[in-house]
Amino acid sequence: MISKTSTPLAGAALALALTTSAFAARTDLTLAIQLEPPHLDPTAGAAGAIDDIVYQNIFQGLTRIGPDGAVLPSLAESWSVSDDGLTYTFKLHDGVKFHDGTSLDAGDVVFSLDRARADESTNAQKALFSAIAGAEAVDDLTVKVTLSHPQGSFLYNLGWGDAVIVAPESADTNKEKPIGTGPFKFVDWAQGSSATLEKNADYWGDPVALDKVTYRFISDPAAATAALLAGDIQAFPSFPAPEAVAQFEGDPRFSVVIGSTEGETILSTNNGKEPFDKLEVRQAIAHALDRQAIIDGALFGFGTPIGTHFAPHNPAYVELVETYPYDPEKSKALLAEAGYPDGFKATLKLPPPAYARRGGEIVAAQLRDVGIDLEIIPVEWAQWLDQVFKQKDYDLTIISHTEPNDIGIYARDDYYFDYHSDEFKQVMADLDATTDEDKRYELLRQAQEIIANDAVNGYLFELPKLGIWDAKLEGLWHNLPIQSDDLSAVHWTD
Amino acid sequence: MLSYALRRILIVVVTLLAASVIVFAVLEIVPGDPARLMLGINATEDAVAALRQQMGLDQPLVLRYFEWIGGMLTGDFGRSYTYSVPVIDLIRERLVVSLPLALMALALSTIIAIPVGIFSAARRGTAADTGVMAATQLGIAIPNFWFAILLVYVFAIALRLVPAGGFPGWDAGIGAALSALVLPAIALALPQAAILARVTRSALLDVLGEDYIRTARAKGLPARVVLRRHALRNALIPVLTILGLQFAFLLAGTIIIENVFYLPGLGRLVFQAITQRDLIVVESVVVLLVATVVIVNFLVDLAYAWADPRLRRR
Repeated sequence: MISKTSTPLAGAALALALTTSAFAARTDLTLAIQLEPPHLDPTAGAAGAIDDIVYQNIFQGLTRIGPDGAVLPSLAESWSVSDDGLTYTFKLHDGVKFHDGTSLDAGDVVFSLDRARADESTNAQKALFSAIAGAEAVDDLTVKVTLSHPQGSFLYNLGWGDAVIVAPESADTNKEKPIGTGPFKFVDWAQGSSATLEKNADYWGDPVALDKVTYRFISDPAAATAALLAGDIQAFPSFPAPEAVAQFEGDPRFSVVIGSTEGETILSTNNGKEPFDKLEVRQAIAHALDRQAIIDGALFGFGTPIGTHFAPHNPAYVELVETYPYDPEKSKALLAEAGYPDGFKATLKLPPPAYARRGGEIVAAQLRDVGIDLEIIPVEWAQWLDQVFKQKDYDLTIISHTEPNDIGIYARDDYYFDYHSDEFKQVMADLDATTDEDKRYELLRQAQEIIANDAVNGYLFELPKLGIWDAKLEGLWHNLPIQSDDLSAVHWTD
Repeated sequence: MLSYALRRILIVVVTLLAASVIVFAVLEIVPGDPARLMLGINATEDAVAALRQQMGLDQPLVLRYFEWIGGMLTGDFGRSYTYSVPVIDLIRERLVVSLPLALMALALSTIIAIPVGIFSAARRGTAADTGVMAATQLGIAIPNFWFAILLVYVFAIALRLVPAGGFPGWDAGIGAALSALVLPAIALALPQAAILARVTRSALLDVLGEDYIRTARAKGLPARVVLRRHALRNALIPVLTILGLQFAFLLAGTIIIENVFYLPGLGRLVFQAITQRDLIVVESVVVLLVATVVIVNFLVDLAYAWADPRLRRR
């Protein structure tokens, strides 16, 4: 924003800079995220907005997930795994300091892991640590973690925001004053308005280009568009208004980058309730869904169709959209076979997000074409969690599962899908026991095929990541393999 | 006058007490577990139970009510479930935005509306009066958030005179802070001004038809003096009522405007708290707002007594 009084001053400064030497690149960034986090401790809450601000910026874990979903070393410089897959030995970087000056040592790692898996822990992803039998500090920079059973995804699990390393001295106050080991330090959080970070001068790793970063919280689509156009913010990595993207695409001042996320949007089906317990009925629903129409209507054309519960950007992804292709006639035939020649009535509970409310209306229309009459019931998040997720009191619902690599939920007996498949559970057990990447990919492919063939849920689309930022800004992630606004590589090119 | 004031104060206290009971009861009946909401769908049952215990949600209802009321009377509004900061701090941070905004909008709407209302009443029946009536009709009909978006596009994006939204904080300087509040204040003020102008006009017209006005004119006083000395003060009662109501609305009913300009105000705090099931924040803020409305109305009642001496003797 250029006000009238600062223009002559800016002009003078510009002239001075040009006459002296090369123009120094900008080092400040103001970006916006849609939701405000409830607090800033990623080990004590599920809100993705917490990770948007702190993951890799303020807090770091033993491993980290990179921009393409790969597991990379972070605080652990290297590691070795025993042959039986039960003992992991991590070697930490030397000279790492927390933002309050205290040093990172193996004791802090043991503290963090024990705290996460304790009985009274309020960690939202406690299951990530369930395989850990014990952790001990061999010396100041070496940690030995023993598992109770092999877990192929263990290193990946340690890269989650919920597994970051915290210091015992500051763990209790991390919610308001996060103290981590990352390249940025927490400065201030004006609740409801913005959060500010500044460069950590004592950072142990590669120096970052930005000096000061301000996060603003803008949920309203019109306000988001206005803020970008007016220059109040320079980046919106997950822009909330697909209807406004076209406005930015032709504009040379902005880069529009459409990527993918780990958000599988599905038509969750209560497999334990009649008539959805019949495979033919679920197959019929799958044949009745025209995914592209749903994407066009609910997300203005952004989004990738999926045929199973897996993210398309993942190297192990199998294209299974054509397992039950769009075929309303086949759908009606299957329903008749299953004993419902005239269709049936059911309810569709929809949580607040636009993809659910808009998408739900289109799905209801498509299912009505084959005789399935849906009553749409809009619910709020708290009600959805209570009725659908906890009590399984639903027929169909639309929801986006944004946890990364969460296909394992289909092996859980008490999960709200009420799906039980011994074959699938076996594949998951084998997956846990393998750390060999090729074998893991093969098992993941099998898993995807099983749940696609069983038509457990209606697989709709992968949520897109609509990234809009200043054309002179580089280094922001294109995809979202894990919830994050990792700013370590971000820099201005002017 | 004293007994009038005392009776009014008694009504204030009783209203506040009743409101606190109703607010607390309603929020406890509403479904939705704050702990589960905060930890998300992957969290284990014992993690949720641990958080519920931490937040004190497993205590009996009546106990929690009295703890809450007792705390409020001593200034301790409790700790927010989601933010874990004292509610009083949250309220103070939001008031710092909402109160100046409400006052600015109120001042703006009064400055515009009262002269316009007087102008219109004095020229009743003329083309000017009809013009004003049409303009106020438009002002009432236009949704204030649409008008706000229009203001943003013209003044923030095209002309770049003020920011498109957000609040930099009073530490960033009076100029920067006020320039962030200008557009929201205008968006809020214009529809309110339209209503106020009409009320002023009709109140004045009522008074101007009274006998004592005719007497004053018959005595030879110029129209302007009659207006100022006799008519205006008597027309103030309905105007004061509307002003009181508007202030209450401007303080917390601006949630939509706060969304358009992403201002960290009181309305947005309550809205977010409701969706996040942050019961303590909702309860405390709602009771605070009830208190504000009740106190403002009390002040308006006192102002009636000032404007109309007949009330003082009751």
